[in-house]
Amino acid sequence: MWLLFSAGGVLAALFLPVLLFLFALAFPLGWISPPEYGHVLDVLGHPLVRVGLWLLVFLALFHWAHRFRYTLYDGLQIKHRAGLVAGLCYGSAAVGSAIAVYLLWNVP
Amino acid sequence: MTQDTYEPRPYRRRISLFWWTERRTYLVFILRELSSVFIAWSAVFLLLLVRAVSQGSDEYAAFLDWAASPWVLVLNVIAVAFVLLHAVTWFDLTARATVVRRGGRRVPTWMIAAGGYVSWALVSVVVAWILVGA
Amino acid sequence: MTDRITLQVERYRPEQETEPTWQSYEVPLREDWSVLDGLNYVKDHLDGTLSYRWSCRMGICGSCGMTVDGDPTLTCAELLTDHSPGPVQVGPLRNFPVIRDLVVDIDDFMHKLVRVKPWIVREDDDQPVSEGEYLQTPAQMDEYQQYSMCINCMICYAACPVYGLDEQFVGPAAIALAQRYNLDSRDQGARDRLDVLIHPDGVWGCTFVGECTRACPKDVDPAGAIQRYKLTAATESLRSFLLPRGAR
Repeated sequence: MWLLFSAGGVLAALFLPVLLFLFALAFPLGWISPPEYGHVLDVLGHPLVRVGLWLLVFLALFHWAHRFRYTLYDGLQIKHRAGLVAGLCYGSAAVGSAIAVYLLWNVP
Repeated sequence: MTQDTYEPRPYRRRISLFWWTERRTYLVFILRELSSVFIAWSAVFLLLLVRAVSQGSDEYAAFLDWAASPWVLVLNVIAVAFVLLHAVTWFDLTARATVVRRGGRRVPTWMIAAGGYVSWALVSVVVAWILVGA
Repeated sequence: MTDRITLQVERYRPEQETEPTWQSYEVPLREDWSVLDGLNYVKDHLDGTLSYRWSCRMGICGSCGMTVDGDPTLTCAELLTDHSPGPVQVGPLRNFPVIRDLVVDIDDFMHKLVRVKPWIVREDDDQPVSEGEYLQTPAQMDEYQQYSMCINCMICYAACPVYGLDEQFVGPAAIALAQRYNLDSRDQGARDRLDVLIHPDGVWGCTFVGECTRACPKDVDPAGAIQRYKLTAATESLRSFLLPRGAR
């Protein structure tokens, strides 16, 4: 579990800043003209990108789940509900990952 | 025979719910941990992008418009800030936790961190080039 | 510059109060005096009832750990002049039950120390004395030397918020000392220490706040020791999961 957290941390640190900056700020605000739809579709459709992106999403979600679980323990002092907290955190990460599989599988 | 028996009554201080506000370093720690929430949001945001792209070019354009709407922008500005916080603290943490020996001496922490930053720069350039440059 | 400074000391006398109270003492402000010297002055001249622990007064015994102006530190290493004009707040080490005044109950740490087996463990029989000592190269000693600097002062426990929230957490010093032996080439006891360390209250309780390393007066870097062990433990369990036979 900790290895998933670590891997997620590394991938998130390396990939998310640029991806988020581009798609959440630069492209929508027009600082950089967004790539053509056709190009984005090509990139996203590539099997390596699909797998890589899924891996990024899966590990990022588990990174959050693992870290947030401990933050709840330390921050809100709810260690006595350990099972419930862990279940909710890892559970929602698993759900997110499953949705990611579906979405990335179905890119035309 | 003792006259008075000593009844130990140790004092245990209660930890307040706001213990993390009492020191700057604790506060930074909690903020660092909360950055993970924005990591999760970024993953969700990317999935929304994937969904929009799958649905067609109109939806893709609509997604970018939605991303430019005020509240989403505010959220994402905060998200970018926290994602950067995550990256910077992550490289610092992994550097402090890694012990590599070269020629008998331990590789200094800043060098390991520098390796992280260089990789980060490389990845960012490659990703940006794939999306924008090609 | 005045030649006096006030120490505001947290008193706790269970026979007369249920909570700590503050008591102020004015002590001479000498250039070379530590907070401990100030406390000794109080004890010798002002108030003999003040209780606290100390011994070597030079930062090696680990007895005089207390909270000075909010920071856990060795009182023999804190110069009064660094805290002038004062008042200097002196309290017992945090996260431990207070027995009296500045004396805390250290039993919890003592038990944890024993549990991590901080001594050389050999699987084979000990080498007879006639065969000489176990040899070690400087490089091998380098592997664990930093962690051997621990003086068991427990300042890291006072700094650690996880330990403050959960007394079950094995804690920085104990894990660093386990590592000191795990990484010692003469030791063969890593397996023996495994159960304590991979327990949820062992290394996995640590969230790398890093405050322990910041507070340590001996630069032991317990946080680094713990994270290293997390990697060791994680890769070990992965390896034994993937290659059930052989690997161990």
